[in-house]
Amino acid sequence: MTTATASATEAKRVEVSDLDIYYGSFHAVKSVTMTIQPNKVTAIIGSSGCGKSTFLRSLNRMHELVEGARVEGSVILDGQDIYAADVDSVMVRRQVGMVFQNPNPFPTMSIGDNVAAGLRLNSRKAKKDELDEIVERSLRGANLWEEVKERLDRPGSSLSGGQQQRLCIARAIAVQPEVLLMDEPCSALDPVATLAIEDLIGDLKNNYTIVIVTHNMQQAARASDFTAFFNLENSGDPGQLVELDRTDTIFSNPENKATEDYVSGRFG
Amino acid sequence: MRERATERERRYEVERDGREPEDERGREAGTTDARTPLVGGSLPRWGPWAVFSGVTAAVAGVLSVLGFNVALLAVASVVLTGAIIYGWARAVEGRRKATDRAITIAVSSAFALALTPLISLLFTVTSRGLARFDVQLFTESMRGVLGEGGGIQHAIVGTLVITGVATAASVPIGIMAAIYLHEYGRGRLKRALTFFVDVMTGIPSIVAGLFAYALFVLIYGPGIRLGVMGAVALSVLMIPIVVRSTEEMLRVVPNGLREASYALGVPKWRTIVKVVLPTSFAGIVSGAMIAVARIIGETAPLLITTGVFNSVNFNPFDGRMENLAVFAYNEYATPGIPNEPYIDRAWAAALTLLLIVMILFFVARLISARFGVKTR
Repeated sequence: MTTATASATEAKRVEVSDLDIYYGSFHAVKSVTMTIQPNKVTAIIGSSGCGKSTFLRSLNRMHELVEGARVEGSVILDGQDIYAADVDSVMVRRQVGMVFQNPNPFPTMSIGDNVAAGLRLNSRKAKKDELDEIVERSLRGANLWEEVKERLDRPGSSLSGGQQQRLCIARAIAVQPEVLLMDEPCSALDPVATLAIEDLIGDLKNNYTIVIVTHNMQQAARASDFTAFFNLENSGDPGQLVELDRTDTIFSNPENKATEDYVSGRFG
Repeated sequence: MRERATERERRYEVERDGREPEDERGREAGTTDARTPLVGGSLPRWGPWAVFSGVTAAVAGVLSVLGFNVALLAVASVVLTGAIIYGWARAVEGRRKATDRAITIAVSSAFALALTPLISLLFTVTSRGLARFDVQLFTESMRGVLGEGGGIQHAIVGTLVITGVATAASVPIGIMAAIYLHEYGRGRLKRALTFFVDVMTGIPSIVAGLFAYALFVLIYGPGIRLGVMGAVALSVLMIPIVVRSTEEMLRVVPNGLREASYALGVPKWRTIVKVVLPTSFAGIVSGAMIAVARIIGETAPLLITTGVFNSVNFNPFDGRMENLAVFAYNEYATPGIPNEPYIDRAWAAALTLLLIVMILFFVARLISARFGVKTR
């Protein structure tokens, strides 16, 4: 693990080339080639079922947890293909963290233990005060420290939904990944909590490369630097990447007609 | 959409103006009030109970002439009460509420019916067991005792040792087997194993006892009796119960927790040990407790594996061992003369067994509350 302790660090670039994703015989995503820029927020938009989440999960090999799922093509993280034969998926996931749609703090653990979970569960021998420092730094990083510093020993489920989601973000950044994947992190949250998470995303890109799947186009417009539009031509077809560009270009002057229809709301 | 809205507004106007009083709910409830019907007819709160008391008294009167019978009284009163309440509610409150009342009566009666034998059993065991429930019972064994006196210390020790050994063997095996089936197993092998686990839950306990006996006879020769043989027999009965209950508990752990753990770069085995098992801990403990309660009162398999013995024996690997169920059975089945002391000891042993199970459940609750999922 490299140093991510400094206030701003260079994160890693992800290069995806000719990625095809299958569930058994079902072809879910077809030949995606894109580069995810370091220290930037890349939003993935598109209608339901077009493979956004599937694509996101293939970036840290969570995808293959589903029985029968497989991938062709390559995902190059920092010069190494994460799908190369001798690569350990567990090591990939330590570099590429993930935040899920529904906040899922571990119910048996306190707030503090939830944040330290990644380090504890990986049995990295850390001293008590060192762990405390990481917990505080991660919670500060997730803008949650001030709200929970008095009750770190309470269960994580005692927090509100928005706080739980920030707790999950703190848990993900505590292991200091290079890339942070977010799968519709705000879809279960109210507007105020959503705003808090979006602000947080803006801060996090100083240290991490962020990919966020969202159904909310305003959110993509507000929070991201680059936007990728996924679409499927007909239902049953595999989803594919239609266009990737700077977010302002996508929302003001997209090259593709389908993108323009989607972002202007004339689609579906 | 807009048409439907205006339709609704129009109807509301009509109903409020009272020009359309034929509303279904109003009519069913027997009201002539023309407002939007929110208030319906209702039986008085004391109604059902009054009907029940009246019917019971009437049936008791009839039965006192024909010949009294408690069971018939209960059944006849409940059925009659149900019919009368349904008819009355149907007339006053309408069909929906009448059905609700009928179902309520049916469900409550089923509950009472299910509880009756349990309460009867608890009452019988307690009242008859108290006759010999004294200090001597716990401080003495049956060594050299004929007739009155004696105690069941040897049987308590035997029960705890045999059950303890069986539990120590079965719970880890059962939990690990369940983890295999739910977290690792796939395809036909998993289906086959699940099927055989289900079959194993239905094994008659005497067959488990014969299996253990046959197994040890192969090693030690005929006539062997050991505490650990009983434990093996009980394990055969216990493991499938633990597997099934643990598997159910693993199934209710949200997949999101496993994924959250994987996404932190935690390997699968650590995810299971540190996330999945703690989350389902309370359920696994109570499942294991139910399995213990199921086997602690077994008689048949222990009769042929641990034998009958009158002295205290702490060592399951050395000689015969008495236990509470076998003791109660023998005292009751083959009493001496006079038989009262034997019968009394049998009931006292049954009461002791009941109390041991209750204490174990209490301890399991404490463990679950201490180490399980906390929400506050």
